[in-house]
Amino acid sequence: MAQLANFRLKGLLLLAIVVFALPLFISNPFHYGLATQIALIAGAVVGLNLLVGFAGQISLGHAGFFGLGAYFSGIMTSNYGWSAVPALLVGAVGVGLIAWVVGRPILRLKGHYLSMATLAVGFIIAIILNNERALTGGPDGMPVPSFDVFGWELSPFNQYSLLGVEISGDLAWYLFAGVVLLVAVWLAQNLIDSPIGRALRSVHGSEVAASVVGVDTAKYKSLVFVISAIYASVMGALYGHFQGFITPSVASFDFSILLITMVVLGGMGSTIGVIIGAVVLELLPQVLADFQEMEMVLFGLILMLTMIFMPKGLLPTAAGFWAKRRAQTAGGKA
Amino acid sequence: MFSEFLQYLFTGITIGATYALIALGFTLIYNASHVINFAQGEFLMIGGMATVSLTAMGVPMLLAIILAVVLAGVLGIALQRLAIAPAKNADVVTLIIITIGASIFIRGLAQLVWGKEYHVMANFSSDEPIQIFGAVLNSQSLWVLGVGAVLVAILVYFFTRTLTGKAILATSMNKDAARLVGIRTQMVLMLAFMVSALLGSIAGVVVAPITFTSYDIGIILGLKGFVAAAIGGLGNGMGAVVGGLALGVVEAMSAGYLSSDYKDAVAFSMILVVLFFMPRGLFGAKVVERV
Amino acid sequence: MTALVEVSNLSKDFGGVHAVEDVSFAVEAGQVYSVIGPNGAGKTTLFNLITGLYTPTGGEVKLNGEPTGKLQPNQLAERGMCRTFQQMQICMNMTAIENVMLGRHLTLKSNLLTTLFRLPALTRGETAARNKAAELMEFVGCGNYLDRDAAAMSYGALKRLEIARALAAEPKVILLDEPAAGLNAVETEALEALIRKIAEQGITVMLVEHDMKLVMGISDRLLVLNYGRVLAEGTPAQIRVNPDVIAAYLGG
Repeated sequence: MAQLANFRLKGLLLLAIVVFALPLFISNPFHYGLATQIALIAGAVVGLNLLVGFAGQISLGHAGFFGLGAYFSGIMTSNYGWSAVPALLVGAVGVGLIAWVVGRPILRLKGHYLSMATLAVGFIIAIILNNERALTGGPDGMPVPSFDVFGWELSPFNQYSLLGVEISGDLAWYLFAGVVLLVAVWLAQNLIDSPIGRALRSVHGSEVAASVVGVDTAKYKSLVFVISAIYASVMGALYGHFQGFITPSVASFDFSILLITMVVLGGMGSTIGVIIGAVVLELLPQVLADFQEMEMVLFGLILMLTMIFMPKGLLPTAAGFWAKRRAQTAGGKA
Repeated sequence: MFSEFLQYLFTGITIGATYALIALGFTLIYNASHVINFAQGEFLMIGGMATVSLTAMGVPMLLAIILAVVLAGVLGIALQRLAIAPAKNADVVTLIIITIGASIFIRGLAQLVWGKEYHVMANFSSDEPIQIFGAVLNSQSLWVLGVGAVLVAILVYFFTRTLTGKAILATSMNKDAARLVGIRTQMVLMLAFMVSALLGSIAGVVVAPITFTSYDIGIILGLKGFVAAAIGGLGNGMGAVVGGLALGVVEAMSAGYLSSDYKDAVAFSMILVVLFFMPRGLFGAKVVERV
Repeated sequence: MTALVEVSNLSKDFGGVHAVEDVSFAVEAGQVYSVIGPNGAGKTTLFNLITGLYTPTGGEVKLNGEPTGKLQPNQLAERGMCRTFQQMQICMNMTAIENVMLGRHLTLKSNLLTTLFRLPALTRGETAARNKAAELMEFVGCGNYLDRDAAAMSYGALKRLEIARALAAEPKVILLDEPAAGLNAVETEALEALIRKIAEQGITVMLVEHDMKLVMGISDRLLVLNYGRVLAEGTPAQIRVNPDVIAAYLGG
């Protein structure tokens, strides 16, 4: 049993080591900023993976929920003087409710029709954010106050002391985002390794099989849709506070596509895999920026080739490769 | 009042005809392979952009159009051979991502070759608009509608009267059975992608004088085509045409009477409403799940 | 006493084709009740109607005296009806034992809070479910597969796994759709023994099966379908000498 528990959280443990070891290798504020951004987006991707990777339901509009979370928190803190934590929480509940109301009817749809419907929902949210200028600032975006916990402000521009050590605001934000990601992964893992998680995976494996042993598949599809929307909302809110400025691009179709691409590229149904997907797809443009006008061509090409030759995604393909290697060497010894 | 309505209707039908052609492209590929090709819009872009740049180089209009359409056709074949065929056992989502990768790639190439600017294309015939009951009809709209009608007629003929067309249909219904009666299914898939690319690029050429054209015009046009195809019911040719026209008209009406900022929101709400009542679109087949 | 499963005048059309037409019969608790008939006679359609996967065009099904009407398959499972499939429905994205633990779904009362924070109540329930599932896998004869991926199991083992999953839900009645299809003679014999063991536990068994030897040996009663209609109903002894049945099977 101890062995099993150890195995269960192996990925989380590895992730924690990487998160806390990273500051030993970087010190540049730009790099911290990038790492923070990646951690927050990865958190949203972990949530999306619950829906896509585990329950097998496609969403091409998830950025809509990310954007709603970011804008709700942004608007409430800047226009109405709310503190960030309640804004984030109320926003998450609101987005969860919206997801529940929208999710009930559209999750009855199958395959490409579900893709279409989620895409439409995402688009409608983005269009509203673009056009309600009085509230959102329209296409130009809006400033968002920095994150605060009951008056204690977290800003990349401040200095903090942690356990007696002086640390920069960039590092503080990075550590905070890292811890948030770890919590997000822990909660997701707990959800997956449970009767609820089993029901979710069975919806993917065989919806009929699930229903004849008593799983209310419609209920579980709604549930995971709501949970993944809440993940997106919370991460979106944090993202807005971290960036200090948001535009409707956080809710755009392009960003929705980027999110689901992170899931598929990293490996559907692998929590650590999709985080790798997020890291790769956030870092790739940084690397490709050196190629200037070739950037888009190369990005498209890399995306295409990776998916053609590793249709299961980066981590599952790599894991399969290692398992094979190990079996071969073991076979050779015997 | 009436002239206003007529004006919106003309605009709607013109853009709707374009959507219908894109939706037909989706339908063709969907029927042959069950893939939703997110690179479909890029064929339109290629059609418009290549024609513009070739005419700028002094190539006569008609020849430029033919070359542009051939280029798109070759691209369609390449897409199937190089990107879709090697990944035939992949998940639906994986295939979607592959076509998205392909569309980014094509868009990137277009940007390299043609730059990021908007390009204007001259009307095929007179620039003189036609007046009907006080509404203005751009002469190019007649080209769009005429070419659209001819293409639909050719498609109907192709699928009901020619062996190749029937082979594509047979493959879409049952791949294994088609293979057993000697249909080369890989060939059929290639053909479907090619025809779909031809359709898209022709639509792109005829509509370019109205909408202008640029390297990134394919994204939104492709999506609208997908919406139109889903409204009609994926895989149904009739549905694609009706869905395209309906989408165009609803869009133009909501831009005219409601708000042009929200016209796309109305279009996307429309698909949600349709799917709410008809989960497989207007003309989609009712399928009993077999267990 | 009322029958556990009572089917009256049940019909199902598929676009003008009468897949099941005016079928009536009753299954008493504790029986092994088999449905036989040539291919295309409507046996699987009948099972799909009874288990709520299809909505009947006419007639009704009563489970324990309650009309099942528009109840969904999961609601029927709550009322004690479980099944297996001719085209096996296994979750290939899970391990063998997880598939069986899925069958414990209804007995595991979990809420989001205990799940997300993995409170002790959850681990206790999971351990119990796992033990029960392992026991059932032993019972059906695939106890050596526990943590193997379902995708890596043999056809025969998957068939038994599907039965274990249905049993995990502690059904009153279990419907087995062609459990012997694709099995060899030895496996079929083991299956016959398994069905007897299930029946001995007081679980009512409904069976669609082609293997006559198997069906005649273990059934209490039989229903013979032909072209969607009832051709005969009775005990194995009665069916064996029924002239209509003989004509349909030998002449068809």
